[in-house]
Amino acid sequence: MDASADLLINAVISGLLLGGFYAAVSIGVAISFGMLDIVNIAHPAVILLGSYVAFIGNTVFGIDPILSTVILAPAFYLLGMAAYQIYYVAFERRDDQSLRGLSFFFGILFIAEVGLILGFGVDYRSVQAWYTQGNLDLGVVELPWRLLVPFLLGLAMVAGLQVFLSRTFVGRAVQAVAQDQGALRLMAANPVKIKRIAFGLSFATAAVAGAALIIIQPVEPSIGREYIGRIFAICVLGGLGSFPGMVIAAVALGVIESLTATFFGPSWAPAVSFGVLLVTLAVRPNGILGR
Amino acid sequence: MASSVAKAAERGTAPGLGNAAFFGVLVIAAAAIFGATRWFGNDYAFFAAYVVVQYIVLGTAWNILGGYTGYVNFGITAFFAIGAYSSVVLYKLTPWMPLPAMVAIGGVMAALVGLGTGYLTLRLRGVFFSIATLALAVVVQTLITNWDFVGGARGAYVLRPKLAPLIGGGYIEYLFLVMLGLCVVALATARAIERSALGFGFAAIRDDEAAAEASGVPTLKLKLVATALSGGFMGMAGAPLPYYVTYLDPASGFSLNYAVNAIAMPLIGGTSSWLGPVVGAVLVGGLQEYLRVTISSAINVLVAGVLMVVFVIVAPQGVVGLFQRKKR
Repeated sequence: MDASADLLINAVISGLLLGGFYAAVSIGVAISFGMLDIVNIAHPAVILLGSYVAFIGNTVFGIDPILSTVILAPAFYLLGMAAYQIYYVAFERRDDQSLRGLSFFFGILFIAEVGLILGFGVDYRSVQAWYTQGNLDLGVVELPWRLLVPFLLGLAMVAGLQVFLSRTFVGRAVQAVAQDQGALRLMAANPVKIKRIAFGLSFATAAVAGAALIIIQPVEPSIGREYIGRIFAICVLGGLGSFPGMVIAAVALGVIESLTATFFGPSWAPAVSFGVLLVTLAVRPNGILGR
Repeated sequence: MASSVAKAAERGTAPGLGNAAFFGVLVIAAAAIFGATRWFGNDYAFFAAYVVVQYIVLGTAWNILGGYTGYVNFGITAFFAIGAYSSVVLYKLTPWMPLPAMVAIGGVMAALVGLGTGYLTLRLRGVFFSIATLALAVVVQTLITNWDFVGGARGAYVLRPKLAPLIGGGYIEYLFLVMLGLCVVALATARAIERSALGFGFAAIRDDEAAAEASGVPTLKLKLVATALSGGFMGMAGAPLPYYVTYLDPASGFSLNYAVNAIAMPLIGGTSSWLGPVVGAVLVGGLQEYLRVTISSAINVLVAGVLMVVFVIVAPQGVVGLFQRKKR
């Protein structure tokens, strides 16, 4: 096998693995933006918060990063419910989501970033666990555990939420909110309460995604901004509110980014998501599996 | 909300200064400010005042799109840095070019980028435009970082001339004068828009876009005009930056502070009129400068973000709105 074919295969495989991780990062926005119509651009900041929680748990208490965030996911769930309550009272009830609601999340994004800089400095932070080094050797290809574990974690989380949303009573209520809030109100169900639960869930996924992020790469406070374009490109390309579409889009973006990084250099990778986003908005704003 | 169109119409017909007279008042005010700063006789006064006036321009530019039409632009750093880096390019290619010409070219470049982004995304719901501008900031930064001619990730040095042309004194005085002139143009434009048919079209889009479209307002065209104007002024505000900082690298040119300040200041001051961004910029900019000198520079960047979040929750009409309510 010649060198460039080898390079190509490796790039595609690491892109696929990256895609599973991107799905974990994007699913929170797929819920908040895709189903609840709340444009939470501060989501990457919440993910980063999850990364730093995993970092503290790992370096101070020596806890496995995934374990620590799974323990803390309920705390993030409560944080999300509180955030939605503020958002509802201050913006949704006043019907002022577009200008001030967006600025609100932008302000939160900024405060979180500066807060993390004040608390942890601008150095890169990373965690130690058995899967942060080494490869799974499959003979033909070698899969780094560092990418494989977040990939599996992401897919498991997406599959779990898909089952939750389609099988349980609360999950179906969340889908009902996404379809028609007025009708839900006529059924004597309170859409605000259901949206609070769903927004809490989107924050809880950010806790787990944060652990995945710090396993894949060392983090520093401003890294969240890079993920805004990526996350929204994935959600829009996948079609808002569609989990399968989001996973396809996440994997596609992962592969394109990985190929770009391999053949044009890693410094070009952040521009890929913007290109994908613009082309999608211009050509097919409903996404590949849009409603 | 719907009543604000009526209110705007009322304001337009109401007696007040004409556009030319208002421009004259602004010029006199700017001359007085420049004279007072010169009388202060200290370079620091010019450096500090430059920042505040720069933020008035940025806030006013953001408000033309955000406050008047309701479309939120998060990509301020992209437009601002396009202006700054076009000056770096011009400095390397044609060092003899006067600064006002560089400002004009930087503005045109940024306006064109705004037009392109707007053309692709403004047909959709406003939030898609906002997300696209957020991503635009990242992609422009990627392009600049990979562009060796303007220094790439290492940054570029610009030699600031020692003496100011025309007016004498230090070059910082000239930079301040250029920014003041830009501020006068931006404010006069913003106020003229408010009182013109264009402004009523913008307000109609903000209040109910579907209704505006149905009653024959050319919404896409108006939104593109607003985006180009807003982006152009941001680019112009960024054009003198290389001479101000003398060393420009992507990390500082694309600092999130510019974006947060440019959004926070109109929201804190009030988005409904040209006065809001001025009030916000003077209040927040002054407070930041004070905190930077007395406490630390880490705290002063937090101020704008925290104030913005507090204001959008507690006082959505801003400082100007608080006073207007009292008057009634």
